[in-house]
Amino acid sequence: MEYLSLFVKSIFVDNMIFAYFLGMCSFLAVSKNVKTAAGLGLAVIFVLLVTLPINYLLNRYVLAPDALIEGVDLSFLSFIIFIAVIAAIVQIVEMVVEKFSPSLYSSLGIFLPLIAVNCAILGGSLFMQQKDFVNLGEATVYALGSGLGWFLAIVSLAAIREKMAYSNVPKALKGLGITFITVGLMGIAFMTFMGISL
Amino acid sequence: MNAKLKETLLNPIFKGNPITVLVLGICSSLAVTVTLKGALVMALSVIVVCGISSLILSLLRNTIPGRVRIIVQLVVVAMMVILVDQILKSFEATYAIDKQLSVYIGLIITNCIVMGRIEAFALGNKPWPSFLDGIANGAGYGLILLIVAFFRELLGSGTLFGVDILNWMGYVPNNLVILPPFALILLGCIVWVQRSIQKDLQE
Repeated sequence: MEYLSLFVKSIFVDNMIFAYFLGMCSFLAVSKNVKTAAGLGLAVIFVLLVTLPINYLLNRYVLAPDALIEGVDLSFLSFIIFIAVIAAIVQIVEMVVEKFSPSLYSSLGIFLPLIAVNCAILGGSLFMQQKDFVNLGEATVYALGSGLGWFLAIVSLAAIREKMAYSNVPKALKGLGITFITVGLMGIAFMTFMGISL
Repeated sequence: MNAKLKETLLNPIFKGNPITVLVLGICSSLAVTVTLKGALVMALSVIVVCGISSLILSLLRNTIPGRVRIIVQLVVVAMMVILVDQILKSFEATYAIDKQLSVYIGLIITNCIVMGRIEAFALGNKPWPSFLDGIANGAGYGLILLIVAFFRELLGSGTLFGVDILNWMGYVPNNLVILPPFALILLGCIVWVQRSIQKDLQE
C-alpha cells in the first residue's frame, strides 16, 4: 500500500514538471509533436529507472556519513558521483541500444545524449537523497512514478501545442510565450492534486 | 576593450538572453524565484559557475578528445558547483538560503546555460572571451530571475528582500503568485514584452 501511495504521489502530486520545473529545457524544446515527445518521455522513464536505484545504493553505502569509513562524511561528493553515474549510464545505454535494437536507437537516438543533462534525472537523484527512502524498492517506485509523471506532462503539452498551431495567438506571444503560459495553466490544473494525502 | 568583446559581454543581457531567447536554463530558474534573496544568491552562483567553468574548459579545449567531452565538462562544472555549495553552507548568513534553495544549487550542474555556453562558445574560443561570455550569460539569466522574483515577492508576500512594502496598508498577499505555475505565466509575459520590442524574434 505504501508503494502504491508513493507511486501515485510521485506521478501527480510531486510531478517533476509542474511541481518542481525539472527537465524544463527539453520539455519545451521537444514538445512540438506527440510522437517525438513520447519518444523522449520513454527515454526519460528508462534512464531514471536505471540511474536512480544505482545512485540510491551509492548514496547509502558510500556517500552517507559513516557508511564507507567510520567517522567520514562523503556527502559533499554526491553531486559529482551522481552526475558521473548518470553520464556513464547514458553512454552505456546508448551503446547497448545501438548494438541490439537499431530501430529503437534510431527513434530514441537523438534524445539519449540529451538526457545526460536533463535536470529531471539529476533532480530525481537529489530528491531521492533528500527524501531518505528506507529501501531500494521505494527508490525504484519513485523513479518509475516520476518518470511516468514527466512522460504524461510532455505528451499532453505536445498534444495541446499541436492543436494550438491552428489558433490565432498575438504575434509576439506565438511560440515560446504562449507555451510558457500554457504550461503555467496546466500547472494550475495539476495543483488540484496537491494536498491529497494517500 | 574592443567592440567584439563588448558585444560578447552585452549581447546575452537582452538581445540574446539565455532564458527568453535561447530557452536555456528554465529548469532551475523558476523554483528559486519566490523571494528576491534566493534569486540573488542563485544568480550569483550561476554567474560564478558559468564564468569559471567556461574559463577552465576553454583552457583545456585543445586537449579534450571529442568523444568524452560531455563527461569532462560535467566533471568540471560539478566541481565548481560543489565549491559554491560548500561556500554557501559555510557562512551563517547564506546557510539558510542554501537550505531554502535545496536541490536547485546542485541542479546548476545540469543547467543548460552552463553546458550550452561551454559547448557553443568556450570550446571554440580563447579563455578571456569565454570567461566574459560565461559571466554575461550568467548575468542575463540573473536579470530575468530578479525580474520574476521582484513581482513574485512583491505580490505574493507584499515584501521586497524581506522588507515590508505593501502589507502595512492592508494588502492581502496573493497566494497564487507564490505557487510555481505563476512563475511560468510571468515568464510568458516577459517573453511577450521582449518580442513586442524586438520584432525580429517573433515566430
